Amino acid sequence: MGDVLSFLESSVTQGIIYSLVAIGLFISYRILDIADLTVDGSFTLGAAVSATFTINGKPLLGVFMAIISGMLAGCVTAFLQTKLKIHPIMAGILTMTGLYSINLRVMGKTPTLSLMRIDTIFTPFERLLGDKNASYLVTSVILLLLVLILVIMFFKTHLGLCVRATGNNEAMVRSSSINVDVMKFIALAIANGSVALSGAVLAQYQHSANISMGTGIVIIGLASLIIGEIIVGKKHLIQNAIAVVIGSIVYWIIIALVMRADIDVSDIKLLSALIIILSLSYPVIINKIKFFRQKATGNRLAQTKGEK
Amino acid sequence: MLSCNNITKIFNKGTLNEKKALDDVTLQLNDGDFVTVIGGNGAGKSTLLNAIAGSFFVDGGTLQLDGEDITFMPEHKRARLIGRLFQDPLKGTAPDMTIEENMALAAGRGGKFSFGIGIGKAQRAYFRERLEKLGLGLENRMKNKMGLLSGGQRQAVTLLMATMSVPKLLLLDEHTAALDPATAEKVINLTKEIVEQEHITTLMITHNIHSALECGNRTIMMDDGKIILDINGDERKNMTVEALLQLFRLKSSKELDNDRMLLTK
Ligand SMILES: Nc1ncnc2c1ncn2[C@@H]1O[C@H](COP(=O)(O)OP(=O)(O)OP(=O)(O)O)[C@@H](O)[C@H]1O
Ligand SMILES: [Mg+2]
Repeated sequence: MGDVLSFLESSVTQGIIYSLVAIGLFISYRILDIADLTVDGSFTLGAAVSATFTINGKPLLGVFMAIISGMLAGCVTAFLQTKLKIHPIMAGILTMTGLYSINLRVMGKTPTLSLMRIDTIFTPFERLLGDKNASYLVTSVILLLLVLILVIMFFKTHLGLCVRATGNNEAMVRSSSINVDVMKFIALAIANGSVALSGAVLAQYQHSANISMGTGIVIIGLASLIIGEIIVGKKHLIQNAIAVVIGSIVYWIIIALVMRADIDVSDIKLLSALIIILSLSYPVIINKIKFFRQKATGNRLAQTKGEK
Repeated sequence: MLSCNNITKIFNKGTLNEKKALDDVTLQLNDGDFVTVIGGNGAGKSTLLNAIAGSFFVDGGTLQLDGEDITFMPEHKRARLIGRLFQDPLKGTAPDMTIEENMALAAGRGGKFSFGIGIGKAQRAYFRERLEKLGLGLENRMKNKMGLLSGGQRQAVTLLMATMSVPKLLLLDEHTAALDPATAEKVINLTKEIVEQEHITTLMITHNIHSALECGNRTIMMDDGKIILDINGDERKNMTVEALLQLFRLKSSKELDNDRMLLTK
């Protein structure tokens, strides 16, 4: 029983930390309608910056600087997209590729940084609660709530409305006398800031940063986002916010279950890909099923008519 | 008010597909003018409106609005002065945002950003009052997504949005062409009402020659990138659809080859 609880606790904590990635993807993929691949790089950037500051005894400042650096990374992608007119996907790939070298430099040219036995942002609550795992959970929940409140409030301001409209109908936004390019800068900065924050917190949570920890993160975030939307819905902002968190937690519980089952470790990648394909294609599959049902009833109706 | 001075627009310059869509067009609009624009397919009507709105920069000539040179002003800055409606009702609004959110966006046009959270009480009341005037019952659906409305409803709301913070110039590009006749007439009447009330200088493209003569105070006809006819006053008052078509034939030495042209009511 205790085993199940601690298993759940760690998946939930991971889910909460990673839900910051899903928030970022919600902003770029859903609101701005751009598949932003910067994410793989900005996640690692956040982790690298956060780990470096933590080693130097400034874990909280590290988290803050990680957000700033992630936002800058988002601005670079926005610059490539809007001012240099590079295709959004290409722009993201370019920033991500460039970030690999930058991340290595941030980490002092070593592929791994260890934070073992170093104070992190989790330490204050750990001392207070006397329990490491509880502190992980409480600290990340507080951070997540802060981010969610800020993001929801932002998208309710007039500026936030403009950002939302940019992904929805660019022509309309332009004819409302709003600079579309500026809106893309803002959205991509916020999105990548949130992703970098996720990397920053994760690095301190697992007491290490790794140059390749961001690989494939865009797919994980996307899958979480879509799982959440299926479970919770996506009618309004509050629902979107809850969906992102639930989706991410469910994703990490699934992964943990898979890892506990008698499954060869080398097959996990394939399984993750399958989970993601299933969650991404869910709408198509549902529509197909509906269509076939409709066709079947249509045929039946036609038949009964024919019999008369 | 608005002056287009010898504006020229050439698409695909230097290629086989080169097309002079605007050929040395000069047009002066006076304050409060409501000008209807007619002409065959590909005559350059939309291109003229796009040039004025700043969808692209012209290849020659200058544009002035209210004394200010806007020739090289970017589109989103011009939008502060110019309201705009397109044929496609989907173009003017954000489908995934609610009616009131769409209106709040439009209300911000010309102003600076406000950082208040959400839509204020006073603002909502104002939106409601404007929507009530449409008589479409939309005032009770302000929290509905825009995408749920019919084409005519969307176009009516778009018209409200384009004129809410009153523009110096209103550009309408066949904004009723995608609507059924009854709805089209409603939207046309609404257009006339708002333009008159707010005294907005307006340029309206239409394929309905009848409403071209009936709306506004002046009609221009375009062909092959040029303005070939410009009538107002008594000449326009006494003009009939038949006579106008005759004039077109005379000036352009071809039939008005417009598949969508509505010759009668
Ligand atoms: N973006 C563009 N690129 C190339 N050619 C264009 C472009 N836009 C318009 N044209 C061409 O310019 C000419 C004028 O087009 P325009 O859209 O202004 O016609 P219109 O008078 O609005 O016609 P319609 O009644 O069919 O809307 C046409 O020959 C058209 O093919
Ligand atoms: Mg046209």
